[in-house]
Amino acid sequence: MSASVKVLIASPLRSYTGADEVEARGDSLAALLADLDARYPGIRFRMIDEQEAIRRHMRIFINGDPVKDLSHPVGVGDEVCIVQALSGGSARN
Amino acid sequence: MAKARPKTKSSRTKKPSRPKADGNLLLVATRKGAWIYRGNAARNTWRADGPHFLGQIINHLMLDPRDGKTLLAAASTGHLGPTIFRSTNLGKSWEESPRPPAFKKQEGGRTVKHTFWLTPAHANEPNVWYAGTSPQGLFRSEDGGVTWNEFSGLNDDPQYREWMGTEQDGTPDGPKLHSIIVDPRDPQHLYFAMSGGGVHETLDGGQHWKPLIDGMEVVGGFDPKTVTFHDPHCVRLSPSNPDRLYQQNHCGIYRLDRPATRWTRIGKAMPAKIGDVGFPMVVHPRNDETAWVLPMDGQTVWPRTAINGEPAIYGTSNGGKKWTRLDQGLPKSQAWWTVKRQAFAADRGAPVGLYFGTTSGELWASRSEGKSWSCIARHLPEIYAVETADIG
Repeated sequence: MSASVKVLIASPLRSYTGADEVEARGDSLAALLADLDARYPGIRFRMIDEQEAIRRHMRIFINGDPVKDLSHPVGVGDEVCIVQALSGGSARN
Repeated sequence: MAKARPKTKSSRTKKPSRPKADGNLLLVATRKGAWIYRGNAARNTWRADGPHFLGQIINHLMLDPRDGKTLLAAASTGHLGPTIFRSTNLGKSWEESPRPPAFKKQEGGRTVKHTFWLTPAHANEPNVWYAGTSPQGLFRSEDGGVTWNEFSGLNDDPQYREWMGTEQDGTPDGPKLHSIIVDPRDPQHLYFAMSGGGVHETLDGGQHWKPLIDGMEVVGGFDPKTVTFHDPHCVRLSPSNPDRLYQQNHCGIYRLDRPATRWTRIGKAMPAKIGDVGFPMVVHPRNDETAWVLPMDGQTVWPRTAINGEPAIYGTSNGGKKWTRLDQGLPKSQAWWTVKRQAFAADRGAPVGLYFGTTSGELWASRSEGKSWSCIARHLPEIYAVETADIG
């Protein structure tokens, strides 16, 4: 089983998680988002569209680097940060 | 739960001291959330219930008239993708659709930016709903709005895709499929309209569609035979005569009496200084000769404001042969708002109550079929849609 990874949640998505930081599992970003959606139904489609693209004003960072490819690997100790573009603040705030 | 108070003789025999409250509903969808206004029987007192979904863009909020308690809300935000929220207790609690309207995944596939329009299906098809999206797509739910699927093959039909055009062909807020209409006599007989892309009809439950654009005009210099150039803003079926359609178009006000297929531009009877450009149109629930529009300024860069800053409803009581200005109670000057295509509605009262919400966040009501108006709410966000419901 893949390791649990820390995911920082953008404020518009906290109505799903109830927290600004959650744990999810997956060895790729796609797998991690699928796990996140299983835990918090509906959250994935609000940031990933039906053509499997990250929505226009959403951004995902892994360890501080922007990631657009859902097949990007995720490993133990990684930190995934989901933010809304431009007007979004730190998921920690 | 509070314990029921035992009935006394007086409580059983005493007539109600006031009309039943909260039986009339106004479902108000805005740029920043939704509100439900609950009106008393006299429709002169309204209580705000909201905001629901504060901060979310709500394009449409609809009650299922078949059960009187299920609400669907078409939602998105500036950043997040679109979804549908559903309540089965008139908004006391909400659940999100696990599968909202979305195009199929395919090479070059489209993405739903927002669901724009919600229509409950025929009375004999409980739990069936239709949805129109931006960019133009037609979807159907058969489980009360919980899950949605593309409907009828239309979304991938090459001819219809050509007529829909690209997102670049649409308005800044995106091209839309709207005005989904179900013939109350036949659940297989449907209409919808696209901005842009014309008005369309099926007689076989969506297996085949055909355009209904004869008689509709387009912007000067373009060919009216080309479906994609047509921009119907709002199509309404007369509740008392399902063979009569009214339409407010980018290029005029029209009427169509079936089985004819050619629209008549009844807006030519509007005063020349007002013209017949606008977004919404409303038809009387019991009189197919009576309808109302709210003209707007469609000149030059399309200000989309009340003409001269002097808003007015125009009503007809003879199918569009003559129009009467109805502005008593409305601002006399310097009111630069307008009303979007879903934001004008009628109830089924006698006389009919009319309601509209403005781009400046005001909610106006008339209990006199438009003869006089009063503002029942101010300072709301930009209003996108107003629907009525009677749960008396």
